[in-house]
Amino acid sequence: MKFKFWGVRGSIPAPGPHTARYGGNTTCIEVRSDNGTLIILDGGTGIFALAQSLLRELPVSANIFITHSHWDHIHGLPFFIPLFIPGNTVRLHGAMDPVTGSGVEQVMAVQLQYSYFPVREAEMKAAIEYKSLAIGQSLEVGDVTVTSTLLNHPVIDFGYRIECNGKSLFFTGDHEPYYNIYDREDADYAEYQALIEEKQSSVDQAMRGVDALIVDSSYTREEYPAKKGWGHGYFDASIEMALRVGAKRLYCTHHEPTRGDEELEAVFATVMERHASRLGELQVHLAREGLEVDL
Amino acid sequence: MRGAVGMGQISVELGKRLNSAVESMPAFPKSVQRILELTRDINCRPKDLVGVIEKDPVITIKVLKIINSAYYGLPNKITSINQSAVYLGVNTLKNLALSFSTIGILPKKNEANFDIQHYLVSSLVTANLVRAIGAKFAAGEVDPTDCYIAGLLHDFGKVVFAQCMPEEFNQALALSASDDLPLHKAEEKVIGADHTLVGAMLAKRWQFPASLADCIAGHHGPKYETPLAECLLVADLIAERLGYDSNGKISAGGVEHYLPKRFGGDLDATMAELGDTSKMIAEAKMFSQSEG
Repeated sequence: MKFKFWGVRGSIPAPGPHTARYGGNTTCIEVRSDNGTLIILDGGTGIFALAQSLLRELPVSANIFITHSHWDHIHGLPFFIPLFIPGNTVRLHGAMDPVTGSGVEQVMAVQLQYSYFPVREAEMKAAIEYKSLAIGQSLEVGDVTVTSTLLNHPVIDFGYRIECNGKSLFFTGDHEPYYNIYDREDADYAEYQALIEEKQSSVDQAMRGVDALIVDSSYTREEYPAKKGWGHGYFDASIEMALRVGAKRLYCTHHEPTRGDEELEAVFATVMERHASRLGELQVHLAREGLEVDL
Repeated sequence: MRGAVGMGQISVELGKRLNSAVESMPAFPKSVQRILELTRDINCRPKDLVGVIEKDPVITIKVLKIINSAYYGLPNKITSINQSAVYLGVNTLKNLALSFSTIGILPKKNEANFDIQHYLVSSLVTANLVRAIGAKFAAGEVDPTDCYIAGLLHDFGKVVFAQCMPEEFNQALALSASDDLPLHKAEEKVIGADHTLVGAMLAKRWQFPASLADCIAGHHGPKYETPLAECLLVADLIAERLGYDSNGKISAGGVEHYLPKRFGGDLDATMAELGDTSKMIAEAKMFSQSEG
């Protein structure tokens, strides 16, 4: 199994000379199984370049898994060119939204409205299928198994574990480490703490022992307190997570749109220095647009 | 109209009506006001929001209904808003609460002449009483969260009646007053089913924990089989004594209530042992005031 980053930026595309090396496109990861089964994690703007690369292998059978419905994870979807070509099959998977009661089809429907996009879904020639996944559901896709895990973000977010022939990867989508909403002196503090520890351990279980762990690492440890509750992680927490679950490689992604390449590398170097002595076998990398990893 | 198929049973059609009555049921004025206030502030503290939601039976029920649905497939059924916050995330919980709040507010005056304000204070007082009683008389046997939620939701069937079949419920209230009957007996005579049955039916339909549904079903007897049900019974009796029985009149007509062993068979002694309840009453009243 191998995977390739097509978009590593968080929140909004950030093109320009300052992001030329790591890339300005929002989240999109291509995963290829040993048999060539195509899994696409998220449809940020990175999916447009991926779509063009797929035109060499028509007909395309694409299995897209959306972590959550925030724009930066879906706004490339209408530009996924295989949708327009007869003979292709595009299967879109994701969570149900408890607030609207809608399934994953909502992420296309909201974008294909007359005011926002010129083409209606009925005019797209590929066979389009929608599948809303249950929490913890495992799905067989060709020679791959994909399992969803409910994570912590301001909208329902699924992390996905992908397994093929003994190799595995886990992508968090956007995720903030669980934290207690009460202060220590509050009566509910202890109960809440027990609840988040229980949830944390079930999430850890879902990531246990993966060959590659791809994690939302938007912030630095210093930036995080001002962004608490925004639903994103920070480098140090991602490293803790990778060590805790025994991942072999960690890829830090969802880079801040305001962080240029040089600053990103400087921030990363500081983090690596801080944790160098405790990483053991764990390899830690910055996700970069175009980076391809063969597991 | 008689929607029931016989004593102690609810027809499929009535079940559907009651269920959809809850779907469209607005929340209580004070919670709606607080939720709208809190959600206007981007820095609103999650714990403040949880504090409001867990005091409103309508919003609590709707959140529990979602979190306990088959979709989430959680291994253990959930009875707390705190746990819902961990699973759904605070922002999703906030937006759910907001969407329930925009339905409107429960009117103070309804066609059934059922005092909604008094119902809310009674439910909050009972919720606090069950938790205090559980801690004192059944520590280690009952979960404090389950105690609270059992008290908060035990009389939910009454609001559903008031919203869904106001005429019949009004008749039941009148009959209970004129014939000095406990309200649940009057409901059975007029409607063919009482609020315990309706509350439990809905709790089961929404896949709430069985212990909670059973507790709601059995809170007017004849048997109290679990420690939680025993605590709820005693809390209900004490709430009645304190004047917070939400028109229940459970001791009307000189009905004798058998007190489970753990309470020594004496309600006065149990109340004395429980100590001062004025603080929990004041808290419940403060929350439920819609003005100010």
